Amino acid sequence: MADIDDTVVEARKVCKFFGKFQALADVDLKVSKGETIVVCGPSGSGKSTLIRCINALEQHQSGDLVVCGIPLSGTRASIDAVRRRTGMVFQNFNLFPHMTVIENCMIAPMKVKGMSRDEARATAERFLKRVHIPEQADKYPIQLSGGQQQRVAIARALSMSPDVMLFDEPTSALDPEMVREVLDTMVELAQGGATMICVTHEMNFARQVADRVIFMDRGAIIEAGEPEAFFSAPRSERAREFLAQILH
Amino acid sequence: MFQQFSLNHVYFMLTGLGWTIGLAAIALIGGSIAGSVLTLMRVSANPVLSRIAQVYIFVVQGTPLLVTLFIAYFGSTYLGFTVAPLTAIAVAFSFYAAAFLGDIWRGAIQSVPVGQREGAHALGLSGADTMRHIIIPQAIRIATPPTVGFFVQLIKNTSLASVVGIVELTRTAQIVSNATFKPLEVYLTAALFYFLVCFPITLFSRRLEKRLSV
Repeated sequence: MADIDDTVVEARKVCKFFGKFQALADVDLKVSKGETIVVCGPSGSGKSTLIRCINALEQHQSGDLVVCGIPLSGTRASIDAVRRRTGMVFQNFNLFPHMTVIENCMIAPMKVKGMSRDEARATAERFLKRVHIPEQADKYPIQLSGGQQQRVAIARALSMSPDVMLFDEPTSALDPEMVREVLDTMVELAQGGATMICVTHEMNFARQVADRVIFMDRGAIIEAGEPEAFFSAPRSERAREFLAQILH
Repeated sequence: MFQQFSLNHVYFMLTGLGWTIGLAAIALIGGSIAGSVLTLMRVSANPVLSRIAQVYIFVVQGTPLLVTLFIAYFGSTYLGFTVAPLTAIAVAFSFYAAAFLGDIWRGAIQSVPVGQREGAHALGLSGADTMRHIIIPQAIRIATPPTVGFFVQLIKNTSLASVVGIVELTRTAQIVSNATFKPLEVYLTAALFYFLVCFPITLFSRRLEKRLSV
C-alpha cells in the first residue's frame, strides 16, 4: 500500500508505443506526496503521454506504473481506481458545455463517490471559492473567459479530492492576459501541499513552486533536477537548445 | 354523375388523416426504438456488432421504402405467414426508420468532441455514466434538426401505406377525387392536411434548437 511510504506515483521502465512510434522510452519517475513536478520538453517529447498514462487515459505497454498504491495493469478495476484518485486539467478545459459551472463540479462526486446532491453542492462551492469564482457557479462555461473556465476545470478536478493533480499544458490555450490567474491558482495549490505533476512551459511557475523540473525528449527523461540548477546550468545539449528556444 | 366535393368528403379525408397520424406514430416509435438499438450497436466497442449494424444501414438505406413494404407484406405471405397490413407496415417502417435514425444518431454521438469523453473518464465516471450524462445530452442537441427533418419525411412517406390497403389520407383523397372528379381541390386539401401536421413539428424543432443552443 502507498500509505506505508509517501510515494504517489512510481514509474519503472515505462514504455508506450503509438504504432511504431515510441512515445515513452523506459521512463523512471518517482513522485512523493506534496511534491510539485514540472515536466517540460519539445513538442512530441512524450510529456503529455506520460501524464495521460498516469491516469490511464493511455495504456502503457511495458514497465510498471504504480499510482496511489495501485499497479496499473490494464484491468478495468485498476483503471477506475486510479482515475478516482487522480485529477486532470486539460489544455482545452474539456468542461461539459451543457452543465452549469457548479454542475460540472458536482457530477463526479455524485456519480462516482455517491454523494448526495446537497453534499456535492457544498463540496463544489468550497472548491469554486478556492479558485476564486464562487459567483460564477450558475453560469454555463461558454459565458466565462478562458482563464475562468480553466479555474473551473481545476475546481472540478479538486472536487474529487484527488491524491495527485495532473496538468496538461493548462495555460497553452489561453490568451496571454488570462495565464496569470490560472498560474496563481496553481501556485496556491502547490503551496497548499497538493501533489502536482504539471506539463507546462511556464518557467516562472517552475522557478516559483517546482520541487523538480523534468526535461523530456523523444519519449525519455533526459534530465531531472531542481529548477534553479536546471535553468541556469542544464547538463545536456538538448536541454540547452530547448531552453534557448523557449527563453529567447 | 359525379358527386359535389362537399364537407362530407372532407370529413372522410379527416378519417384518413387520423390513419396517417396513427401510422406516423407507429413509425416514429418503432423507428426510434429500433434506431436506438442500432445506434448502440454502431458505437459499441464490439467490432462484429458495429459491422452488422453498418451493413444493415447500407442495405436498408439503399432500398426504397415501397420495396421494403412489399417485402414485409407480400413476401411474408409468400413464405406462408399471414400478416395484417398494419403489422407489415409497422415492421417495414420501423426497419426503414431505424436505418436512418441509427446513422443520424451515431453521427451525433461521434461528433461530440473526444475531449468530453476524456474529461469524464479523468473524473472517474464510468462508461455508462459518461454516455448518459455527458455524451448523449450533447448528441441530442446535434441530432435534433436532422432527426426532425427525417420525422417529417417519414410522416409524408406513410402515404405508401395505401398500397397494402390502408385507407390513409392519400388514399381517401384518391377515392374522393375519383368520386367528385375535382382532383385539384381534393389534392390541395390533402396537401394542406399534410402541411398542417408537418409544419408545427418543423416549427417546434426550430424552437428546440434555439433553446438547446445555450
